[in-house]
Amino acid sequence: MSADVELNNISVTFGSFYAAKNVSVKINQGEFFSFLGPSGCGKTTLLRAISGFLDPSEGKVLIAGQDMAGIGPNKRPTSLIFQNLALFPLMSVSENIVFSLEVRGVGKQERQKRADELLDLIALSGQGDKKVHELSGGQRQRVAIARALAIEPKVLLLDEPLSALDLKLRQKMRTELRAIQKRVGITFIYITHDQGEALTMSDRVAVMNEGELEQVGLCDDVYDFPHTPFVATFVGENNPFYGKVVSVEGDKIRVESHNNTFVAKSGKTGDGKNHSFSTGQEVIMFIRPESIFIKNENTQLDNTFKARVNTVEFEGNIKNIYLKINSKMNVRFSVPNAVDTSNLSNNKDIELTFSSQKAVVLPKGSLAVD
Amino acid sequence: MLDLSFRPNLPPLLRGGPDDVHTLVHYKHFIFGSETSEDAYNYVDIGVFLNTIITAILVTVLNLCFCYPIAFYMAKVAKPNSARLLIVALIIPFWINELLRSFALRILFAGEGVINNILISIGFIDTGINFIAMDIALYTGLTYAYILLMIFPLYNAIESLDTNQLEAAKDLGSSTFRTHWRIVIPHAKAGIASGCTMVFMLTAGALATPVVLSSPNTYWFTQLIYQWFNMNDNWSRGSAYSILLLSVSVVFVLLMMRIFKVKIGEIIR
Repeated sequence: MSADVELNNISVTFGSFYAAKNVSVKINQGEFFSFLGPSGCGKTTLLRAISGFLDPSEGKVLIAGQDMAGIGPNKRPTSLIFQNLALFPLMSVSENIVFSLEVRGVGKQERQKRADELLDLIALSGQGDKKVHELSGGQRQRVAIARALAIEPKVLLLDEPLSALDLKLRQKMRTELRAIQKRVGITFIYITHDQGEALTMSDRVAVMNEGELEQVGLCDDVYDFPHTPFVATFVGENNPFYGKVVSVEGDKIRVESHNNTFVAKSGKTGDGKNHSFSTGQEVIMFIRPESIFIKNENTQLDNTFKARVNTVEFEGNIKNIYLKINSKMNVRFSVPNAVDTSNLSNNKDIELTFSSQKAVVLPKGSLAVD
Repeated sequence: MLDLSFRPNLPPLLRGGPDDVHTLVHYKHFIFGSETSEDAYNYVDIGVFLNTIITAILVTVLNLCFCYPIAFYMAKVAKPNSARLLIVALIIPFWINELLRSFALRILFAGEGVINNILISIGFIDTGINFIAMDIALYTGLTYAYILLMIFPLYNAIESLDTNQLEAAKDLGSSTFRTHWRIVIPHAKAGIASGCTMVFMLTAGALATPVVLSSPNTYWFTQLIYQWFNMNDNWSRGSAYSILLLSVSVVFVLLMMRIFKVKIGEIIR
């Protein structure tokens, strides 16, 4: 059984500090939903409010339509997976997994049966008698998942459980987590600061900053249509072009920036409408590194600009090329590894091009600081 | 002292002479009493010895029950500032000499002492309770005397427990009692064993507190040892009795290690 989770205007304050501010979001039944944001943005606070370890100062948490106020974490239909997993080191793997059944007075035989089932689910059959410290990092991760699933919660809450793993294992666990979620079919609420994790696993993501929701939406929508400069720069890489609106033609905005005039599409607001811009307004136009190309006979899009090559950086599957438009404006673009960049020597002036469909104009606002 | 306990009590001139041989006479005296006595066993000394050990065990258990919640509160519940304040409040009384602390308790518990006066004035009782004759004063004094030696090992052990484990247990539906039983106590067992052994040994070996607070009918084994050494000038018998007390303390330590399945290194840590 799965349940939906509704956060109704949640605020959490510590003294005069807002750890979360007026957060309202509805997470659907059976959905894989991620809260994505930098550290200290309030995402863990929200998770603790959902799990019951923290009472929101204002607002309500509803799980399956039921108000959770006054219901402790041991009585909620949620299970939490901690960042450090918090497995019990003095118990065996099986004892860990069925601890929730033990405290509910389930008999030993039934517990053993359930432990074996769950060990099968996480592909650790026959390893139930081991102690936790005898397992590898990835295996411990899976034990923590099994332990959380043992009581068949309606909602599983995950607090950056992959952050301690190395890259390869993390990528493997992403796929595995997603597969487990599909198999058990319950609502997963995932907290992370790693946008790669959020985008690969989730059905929808909520981007948070300083305690507030910046944007909630499908992964590709958040990536392609950021609502705020923060989202544009926190999710994925982006080049911010500061400038002024020259003219507005429907959803096409003409922007002057660094002595170039670009055409870009208008960014959207939270309710799906275009931002309204006026001539002369200060804006930022965002264009992603992978949407910029070197201009040649075959590649000519509706925006072009000139820049000087600064450095070429090899990253494996892609190459990053850092350019200077002038002393104030740096631009980065990336090309697949196969592209020949031997002609891009330092200080060479080149011409670049990008499509107005890939550039987004947003009102001026604060960017995500790396 | 071990050697002395196996030698007869001789006047100084005869020591090292032909009569100064190894003998079990003092241990025999502990069990069977003096040769002039009509009883089959030395009921008085054995009684005092058993009473001391049993009371010391009771005091240790009492101490553990009392200190565990305090230590847990300090380690996991209290905010850092109030935990520090609590530690100071616990330590300050121990700046005062043990003898003085015992006398202070005597003043509290005396027939016309502070506690009785308060109880009478609020009309709870009509006549004063004889706390000292009932040995309540003694138990309180002994429990309080070594409270820090129980609290600090417990505090250290509980403090090192990852707080997330407590939350994880709670999240999985565990009640407070069960979380303590399955998570906190197993984690803190080395601290519990360490605190219990220290409190037991010091309680069984206490002298000042029993002298000041025990009822006229209660004798503490250390008082006997003191008498053999100082009043009867029988050092070898005093030694034998001391060795007996020491042996029981060592057995107690080994027993605690067995019960809590900890190694000596963990206790010392």
